Amino acid sequence: MGMEGIGASVVRKEDKRFITGKGRYVDDIKLLGMTYAHFIRSPHAHAKVKSIDSSAAEAMPGVVAVLTGKQIVDDKVGNLICGWAITSKDGSPMKMGAWPAMAPETVRFVGQAVAVVIADSKNLARDAAEAVVVEYEELPAVADMPSALKPGAPQLHPEAPGNVVYDWHIGDEAAVGAAFSKAAHVVSLELTNNRLAPNAMEPRAAIADYDAAEEHFTLYTTSQNPHVARLVLSAFYNIAPEHKLRVIAPDVGGGFGSKIFIYPEEMVALWASKKVGRPVKWTGDRTEAFLTDAHGRDHISKAEMAFDADHKMLGLRVKTHANFGAYMSLFSSSVPTYLYATLLSGQYNIPAIYAEVMGVYTNTTPVDAYRGAGRPEASYLLERLVETAARQFKMDPAELRRKNFITQFPHQTPVIMAYDTGDFNASLDAAMKAIDYAGFPARKEAAKAQGKLRGIGLSCYIEACGIAPSKAVGSLGAGVGLWESAEIRVNPVGTIEVLTGSHSHGQGHETTFCQLIADRLGVPISQVSIVHGDTDKVQFGMGTYGSRSAAVGLTAILKAMEKVEAKAKKIAAHALEASEGDIVIENGEFKVTGTDKSIALPMVALAAYTAHNLPDGMEPGLKESAFYDPTNFTFPAGTYICELEVDQATGKTSFVNFVAADDFGRLINPMIVEGQVHGGLVQGIGQALLEHAVYDGNGQPVTASFMDYAMPRADDVPSFKLSHTTTLCPGNPLGVKGCGEAGAIGASAAVINAITDAIGNNKLEMPATPDRVWHAIHGNA
Amino acid sequence: MSTVKLTVNGKAVSAEVEDRTLLVHLLRDHLNLTGTHVGCDTSQCGACVVHIDGRAVKSCTVLAGQAAGANVTTIEGIARGDELHPMQAAFRDNHGLQCGYCTPGMIMSAIDIVHRHGGELDEATVREELEGNICRCTGYHNIVKAVLDAAGRMKVAQAAE
Repeated sequence: MGMEGIGASVVRKEDKRFITGKGRYVDDIKLLGMTYAHFIRSPHAHAKVKSIDSSAAEAMPGVVAVLTGKQIVDDKVGNLICGWAITSKDGSPMKMGAWPAMAPETVRFVGQAVAVVIADSKNLARDAAEAVVVEYEELPAVADMPSALKPGAPQLHPEAPGNVVYDWHIGDEAAVGAAFSKAAHVVSLELTNNRLAPNAMEPRAAIADYDAAEEHFTLYTTSQNPHVARLVLSAFYNIAPEHKLRVIAPDVGGGFGSKIFIYPEEMVALWASKKVGRPVKWTGDRTEAFLTDAHGRDHISKAEMAFDADHKMLGLRVKTHANFGAYMSLFSSSVPTYLYATLLSGQYNIPAIYAEVMGVYTNTTPVDAYRGAGRPEASYLLERLVETAARQFKMDPAELRRKNFITQFPHQTPVIMAYDTGDFNASLDAAMKAIDYAGFPARKEAAKAQGKLRGIGLSCYIEACGIAPSKAVGSLGAGVGLWESAEIRVNPVGTIEVLTGSHSHGQGHETTFCQLIADRLGVPISQVSIVHGDTDKVQFGMGTYGSRSAAVGLTAILKAMEKVEAKAKKIAAHALEASEGDIVIENGEFKVTGTDKSIALPMVALAAYTAHNLPDGMEPGLKESAFYDPTNFTFPAGTYICELEVDQATGKTSFVNFVAADDFGRLINPMIVEGQVHGGLVQGIGQALLEHAVYDGNGQPVTASFMDYAMPRADDVPSFKLSHTTTLCPGNPLGVKGCGEAGAIGASAAVINAITDAIGNNKLEMPATPDRVWHAIHGNA
Repeated sequence: MSTVKLTVNGKAVSAEVEDRTLLVHLLRDHLNLTGTHVGCDTSQCGACVVHIDGRAVKSCTVLAGQAAGANVTTIEGIARGDELHPMQAAFRDNHGLQCGYCTPGMIMSAIDIVHRHGGELDEATVREELEGNICRCTGYHNIVKAVLDAAGRMKVAQAAE
């Protein structure tokens, strides 16, 4: 590797603008004549909209328009879609209620918009919104899944009787039944995976600008996937044909999944911009983020595992209820099914698995993908279950895991996934060494002498990333392919622009993607720039989520790069009067191997564009593109171990040590990879100890600000000891697996396993607040 | 409406604002200093931290009028030309930022932390002092490293002056 090539911890190119206050986020953008939108949102979880009187608001100075749900439906703006079709056990399609961008008749969660005020300033729009009188007729609401599934429960959508979206299953029920019938031991566990609010620090925002003369829209939006946004807005929401709609996602302040989806606010801004003939800007506030950004997780599960007399796993049976909130968000249906149940084999050789998942409507904010999306839920369930089993068997939990690890690859699980490679013993060994696992009993005794309860918890996770092979996901119901595109433009003076359909919102693509080019050509990364986030510049792409940008996006760049190199070599060979096969690329030079003859990249590029002396028949220019569709998922895996102490008097948890040993395949930039792990771990720890999106029995959210929802702060979490073990991914030429979600997938089980180990009571739900832990210690959990 | 006169990043400025205007909106909307961000509605997240007369303050908790006559420094005002402030350089060198949204507030808070502790900092103190700044990307690990690194750099810079 060179100084800036693959494997180098290069300091990020994009940082200069962020540390100097020159980042350009959507809310930083001002357009001439811009108006401001303020949404009027339902204060009720379930109600009929009886009437909307906007006459007083419309008479206020500076108010441009008040627009309602009825108008947007009358104008035939399409209902929001769910892009992954799931089929129930009985063969019936999933049952979805209609979701208009603003509610014309019925609101089904607190925060659902019924109207929007457009005014000359933010304050005027807000003031006018106060003057709009909405009359509601309240309906009974269901805030949680058990209530929603009760006979006679209030119904959300006539299309979904009993509030059930689907009742899906995977695996071989009979084989699992047979496994349990011959089991020597059965271990069972009931658990909840708590609902979370994603809380990217930048609230969502949108600016829509309609050009009447060109009948053309420009949308600036906080998106992880601007091309998907354009596709959906164009093909399903009837906003404009694709060539009349440009979507720009400039600097985006974090996403974690929540900015994948195309939300009502973007649709309304576009529609309103055309209606009022001026640009329309909407910037969400934090409470709107809590009310309207798709939430994550929210499962209730029962799991049972069958073991033989030698503690080998025989079968796994899981029944999960997944809360979808009031409407089916864009990818929501896939999260508790193909992104969850397909990972229930974990790192273990389990001959038979059967999982049932029931998707449920409730009068709450819609739920969709949040960092890890289904995989944290699977990992948490399995790792809690395995730990529970070890305790039941009075076995070392590391040994029980080792006994059941998959060690031969490729490995076909009973739930679709074919693991390509891995070394689970290696990451377990690395983590145990890092935390001095062998020394733990002595440390526990020493802590006991100080009056502290000390515990240790393991979590051996695996995830499926590099989302995703298009043919495979298509056969499972996905509405889109999940390839990625890239284009490489070598300019006439030899500088390079890389156009990618991936989108960076913190991941550091502007650096790591340049490192690939530096590695291939031996040019400094300062000569390379990454172009992304604008549908006018980049032809198409699927965006960034599911830890896919290195495995899929960067591989697409590599494929385009190989074409550029092939053509450049032909030009160099022609100029040097050498054979194309003798040309090698080193330090930005095309050399004739074994000679001192060479030509620098800028001269090759210039030759390509002057076209004065190219090989016969060659087209001028040096620009190539590629679409790359992966052949399989990638399977990052690793072990996290948490050691902590619990104060018996208060139930407060304090970290002693937290170690992570991950196998991400080849690392492009270890510094950036470690940053991704740190962030993921804290989101997992946040779920385990602090975070919970809570509703009261009437569907009123009680955690809709940072004063009520406990975000992890710097003094809630430890520093981490990270290490890497490496098996190269055979599925892509770079050997990369992806690192964006691992921390969030693996951390929460390690924390809860450690606390339950410390207190000697396995019955503890997340978030394990001091109150809950205290009650668990004192026996009345 | 009132006219508010103050000094921002060393320059005398004046703006005609509604009385209810917050300092953060004066900076962002009237002075186009968009490096100062808004991440919450409740003065919890710290994305909007600036310095008022040398002290770190959440600019969403201050009315523009309250800053009349004050000396305000924002993230745009701490580098000397092309030379980054040691805290900015430390955030970059330690990968103390990812999406960049919380970063300006983090840096402005962190400079104040180092000043108040006279450069004598340990990890626990930095973590406790950063309580008022929320980051969702970094897990704080590298932010803490950056602040400790910068504390050393700022000491050296001070000694050199």
